[in-house]
Amino acid sequence: MNFYLNLFLIFLKVGAFTLGGGYAMIPVIQREVVHNHKLIDADEFLDIIAVSQSLPGAIAVNSAVFIGYKLAGIIGSLVTLLGIVLPSLVVIITVAIFYNEIKGLKVVQAFFQGVRPAIVALIAATVVKLTYSIPKKYINFFIITLSFVGIALLDIHPIVIIIACALIGLIFSRKEDSDELP
Amino acid sequence: MNYLNLFLVFFRIGAFTFGGGYAMLPLIEREIVSVNQWLSQSEFIDIFAISQMSPGPIAINAATFVGFRSSGVPGALFATFGVILPSFILVTSLAKMILNNKDSVYIKGIFAGIRPAVIGLISAACLSMFQISVVDYKGGIIAIVVFIIFIRVKVHPIILILFSGFLGVFLYS
Repeated sequence: MNFYLNLFLIFLKVGAFTLGGGYAMIPVIQREVVHNHKLIDADEFLDIIAVSQSLPGAIAVNSAVFIGYKLAGIIGSLVTLLGIVLPSLVVIITVAIFYNEIKGLKVVQAFFQGVRPAIVALIAATVVKLTYSIPKKYINFFIITLSFVGIALLDIHPIVIIIACALIGLIFSRKEDSDELP
Repeated sequence: MNYLNLFLVFFRIGAFTFGGGYAMLPLIEREIVSVNQWLSQSEFIDIFAISQMSPGPIAINAATFVGFRSSGVPGALFATFGVILPSFILVTSLAKMILNNKDSVYIKGIFAGIRPAVIGLISAACLSMFQISVVDYKGGIIAIVVFIIFIRVKVHPIILILFSGFLGVFLYS
């Protein structure tokens, strides 16, 4: 029981005190789980993050569930999931109530009028940084263009585009693989 | 009925968000703003800003906020449960398999296709958000300044969001 409570508190702390989204949480989870509590070793942690990143969903949630599952099965994963999600739920509901009260104020409207262009700029900068992280190949340029045009001009559902591009990636990797054969 | 709908919409969003909070944007825009009209375009951007300034994963924050705005506390619970359920199911069922086959050509190929697709999707969402957010030259200046700072300097996004908010108060009120 003490073990589960401890696991819950570790992830509750990570969920409550990390600002800036999932990627900011990874080093904090690492410090708690690998260094402070020594529940998982460093190599295993890297594998867990790699898999959590590749599965859909929030990376912090994926890695919390994975760590909980690895340490204590389904119950462990429920405990870590609850720990990481609970602070968000409580904080955001409080903020949402507050937002409804104050959103009519002139100063709040001016604040968000200033914030909106900044959010767009942050997203645009993230796009630029993401393009650095993928190999410079024609196929990648083609997929980026295809998915952009699919949404912006053709109004295709994002899920359809993701599945189609996954298939393109699959076909191309097999082609490259067979090209390498003697 | 609305609860079930919230749950299903966020379940879909959770199941197809690859690569972090920003990758949710095109899906939220499509499902929440265009199809269900639970939020306006500018509310959606505000919620995203608030989600980023609050502790916790942006995906969870956005789901909780949208659910609450749409149907109060039960709505927040249904939306959040929806967005985390795919993670829970996939991690507990597939994670070990992926870990054991992480060098598989098929798995690598799938992600080699998805990664650039996500970049295209986020760019498209960014473009439509730009049309709503940057309404005058002041907004254009804020966007350019924040973009350059964020590319050049290692600075936390929250600092830039607060900075531009105060700039907004100064410029617009």
